[in-house]
Amino acid sequence: MTGTGRISAAVPFPTAARRQLADPQLRANLRRATRTIRNRRSQAVDEVTDWEALRATGAAIKDDVLSRLPELLEEFETRATAAGAHVHWARDAAEACAVVTGLVRATGTDEVVKVKSMATQEIGLNEALAEAGISAVETDLAELIVQLADDTPSHILVPAIHYNRRQIRDILTAGMPAVDASRLTDEPAALAEAARRHLRERFLSARVAVSGANFAVADTGSLVVVESEGNGRMCLTLPDTLISVVGVEKIVPTFADLEVFLQLLPRSATGERMNPYTSIWTGVHPGDGPRNVHIVLLDNGRSDTLADEVGRQALRCIRCSACLNVCPVYEQVGGHAYGSTYPGPIGAILSPLMTGPDSGANRTLPYASTLCGACYDACPVRIDIPQVLVHLRQVGVDARRDRPSLERVALRAASNLIRDRRRYAMALRAARRGAAPLRLLAGSRGTARRLPWPLSAWTTSRDAPLPARQTFREWWAVRAADESAQVAGNPVAGDATHEPEEPR
Amino acid sequence: MRIALFITCVNDLIYPGTGRAVVRILERLGHQVDFPQAQTCCGQLQANTGYRQEALPLVRAFVSAFEPYDVVVAPSGSCVAMVRDGYPRLAAEDSTLSAAVAALAPRTLELSELLVDVLDTTDVGATFEHRVAYHPTCHGLRALRLGDRPRRLLAAVRGLDLVELDEAEQCCGFGGTFALKNPEVSTAMLADKCAAATASGADYLAAADNSCLAHIGGGLARRPGAPRPIHYAEILAGPEEGR
Repeated sequence: MTGTGRISAAVPFPTAARRQLADPQLRANLRRATRTIRNRRSQAVDEVTDWEALRATGAAIKDDVLSRLPELLEEFETRATAAGAHVHWARDAAEACAVVTGLVRATGTDEVVKVKSMATQEIGLNEALAEAGISAVETDLAELIVQLADDTPSHILVPAIHYNRRQIRDILTAGMPAVDASRLTDEPAALAEAARRHLRERFLSARVAVSGANFAVADTGSLVVVESEGNGRMCLTLPDTLISVVGVEKIVPTFADLEVFLQLLPRSATGERMNPYTSIWTGVHPGDGPRNVHIVLLDNGRSDTLADEVGRQALRCIRCSACLNVCPVYEQVGGHAYGSTYPGPIGAILSPLMTGPDSGANRTLPYASTLCGACYDACPVRIDIPQVLVHLRQVGVDARRDRPSLERVALRAASNLIRDRRRYAMALRAARRGAAPLRLLAGSRGTARRLPWPLSAWTTSRDAPLPARQTFREWWAVRAADESAQVAGNPVAGDATHEPEEPR
Repeated sequence: MRIALFITCVNDLIYPGTGRAVVRILERLGHQVDFPQAQTCCGQLQANTGYRQEALPLVRAFVSAFEPYDVVVAPSGSCVAMVRDGYPRLAAEDSTLSAAVAALAPRTLELSELLVDVLDTTDVGATFEHRVAYHPTCHGLRALRLGDRPRRLLAAVRGLDLVELDEAEQCCGFGGTFALKNPEVSTAMLADKCAAATASGADYLAAADNSCLAHIGGGLARRPGAPRPIHYAEILAGPEEGR
C-alpha cells in the first residue's frame, strides 16, 4: 500500500531549495551545526578499529530481516502479546492515526506527552490528535522548540538545527508563559533549564505517552528507545498508558543483534561512543512502568519499498542522520527543502520509495543530489544512496516515456550521435568550429561569460568552458601523420607534442 | 603491455591538452600509448540522469573500442567510475555484454592508478614551480578510492608546493545535469569551493577531472586573485629537470 502522511513534497525540490537559499541566517546556522556534528562523528568512528566490519554486519542483519519480514513481525507480535502488550497493525498514516486517537480517547485524557519519534511525525499524529481535541506535548527539547514555533522538523536527529540559540531563546519565551523573558539568556544550559521546568509538570500529570522505537526485538517482543535527554525515559515509565508507533522495518531478529546497532547508532548520530539513555521494555510488568502497553506496527509504503529490488536497502535505515550531516546539498538548503519528514539524502530516496517514485513533487527528490557519494560512505548500514538515486531517476524517466520531453530528445540525440565514431568525430569538429566566434569573444580569458537558455542556467553564476582550437583526435591524427612522415625521412615542421597549452 | 588512452568526450573537445599530457607522461616513462579511434563517450550523462536505455549503446561502443587492450587509462575519475561502477549495472540484463564488461572494467584505470599501482611510479620527472592545492573530486575519492595517489604524484614534482584546501572532500556542486536542474544549489556549493580554493593561497587548483574543473574554473574565473584550474596530468607532464 502506498505511503501517505507527511512524506510528500508539496513543491518541486529546486523551487523549495531556492526559497531556503535566500535565507543567509539559515545557511550560516546549518553550516556551523553540520560541520560540528560531522567532525564529531568522524572522530567517534575513526577510533573504532572494526567499523567497516560493524557496518557490514549491520547491513547483513537488516537484509536478513527484510528477507523474512512477515515471519519476524509475527514472532514479535506473539512475544509482545505474551508479555502483555497489545499489538495493532496500520496500513497507512490515516489508519495509524485512527488507532492511536482511539486508544487515547478510551483513556479519557485530552493531553499526551511524546517521545521524539519519526514515525509519528511521518503520519502527522499531532495534527490528527489535535483534530480529536487531544493536545500532544513534545518533550524532546528540539522537538519542543519546533512545536512551539509552529514549525516542522528540518533534521532527523536535530529537528531545530535550522535555528541558532538566539532564535531558540525567542521561541521559548514566546511559547512558555511561565518563563520570565527579561531573565532568560541564550546560554544552552539556561534554555534547557527553562524547558525542563516547563515539561516537568507535564511528565508528572500525563496519563498517556506516545513514542516511536529505534528497534523492535523479534525474539523477546521488546521495544528500544535511544535518546540523550532523559525525557524519553520519563515518558516511557511514568504514565499509565504507553502507545508506540513503530515502522515494520524496525525489527531486529534477536536481542543480541542490538550489540551491533547500539554501537553503530550513537557514533553515527551524535558522534558519541554511547548515548546517555537506552530504554528497553517488554510488555507489562506489574508495579513497574505503564500498565497498558500498545504497539502500532506501521506499513505506510514500506511494503512498496520492500518490493523495489534496488530501493529496498533504504529500509535498513536506522535514522541516524549521518547522511544529512555530510551532504553538501543538505548543508546549503536544510531539511525543509525536501518537503518530507525524511530530509537529506535518505529522504531523497525514502520519500519517493514510500509514496511511489512518480508521485507529484517527490519525483524531483532523486535529482536533489550531485551523486558525490558522501552519504554512502557515512551510512552505518551501507545504504548505497547514489545507486538508489540513479535507479529512481531511471524509474521516473521510464514511467514518462510516452510523454514529450525535451531532455529525452536531447539525450537520445546525443546518444545516437555518440554511438557512431564517424558521426561523433564530425560532431566534435562541428562544435569546435561553431565555438570559434565565442572563443574570439572570450579573448584571453578562454571562457564564455554568457550563453543562451538552457545553458544560461550555467553562465548565470559561472563561466562556461569552450571547445579547443583542435580536438584531441585531430591532434592525434596530425601527430600520427607526422610520425609516419618522420619515419619516411621527411623533416617535421613542428613538434605537435610541445605546443603551448591554451589558456583556460 | 598495450595501453589505450580513453580520452573522454569532455577532454577530446575542450581539454585536449590533458590528453596530450597523459601521452607525454607515459611516453617519457618509456611506454607506448595507443588511441583507439573508435572510442566516443562513456554515457555518464545519460546514465546518471536516468536514461539507461540511451546509455546502453555507449556501453557497447566502449567495450568494442577497448576490448583488445591490456590497460585502458583515462584522465577522468568520473568516467572511469562510470565504467567500473556504472557499466556492470547497466549491462546486467545482457549476459554477453555483462561478461565483457566484467573483464574490461577492472582494466580501466584512472591515470594515478596506472602510474602508482601498475607502473609503480610516483616520481614522473616533472617540474612545476608553483603553489598547488588539490581538490579530490567525488568519484575519484569515493567511487575509485584513489586515496592519496594523486597527491603523492604531485608531492614528487620538483618545485611544487602542495598547500592545504579547507573542506577539500566536499563536492564542488557540479554533478552533471544537477548543475542545470538545481542551478541555485549548485552555485551555492560552488561558492564555498571557490572561497576555499582562494583562501588556500594556491596559484593553481589541481584535480583529476576536467568536468569538475570546468565547473570550479567557471566560478574562479569570476573571482579576482583566485587560483587557476589545472588537470594534475598537465602538471605531471611538466618539463623534465635538466640532467
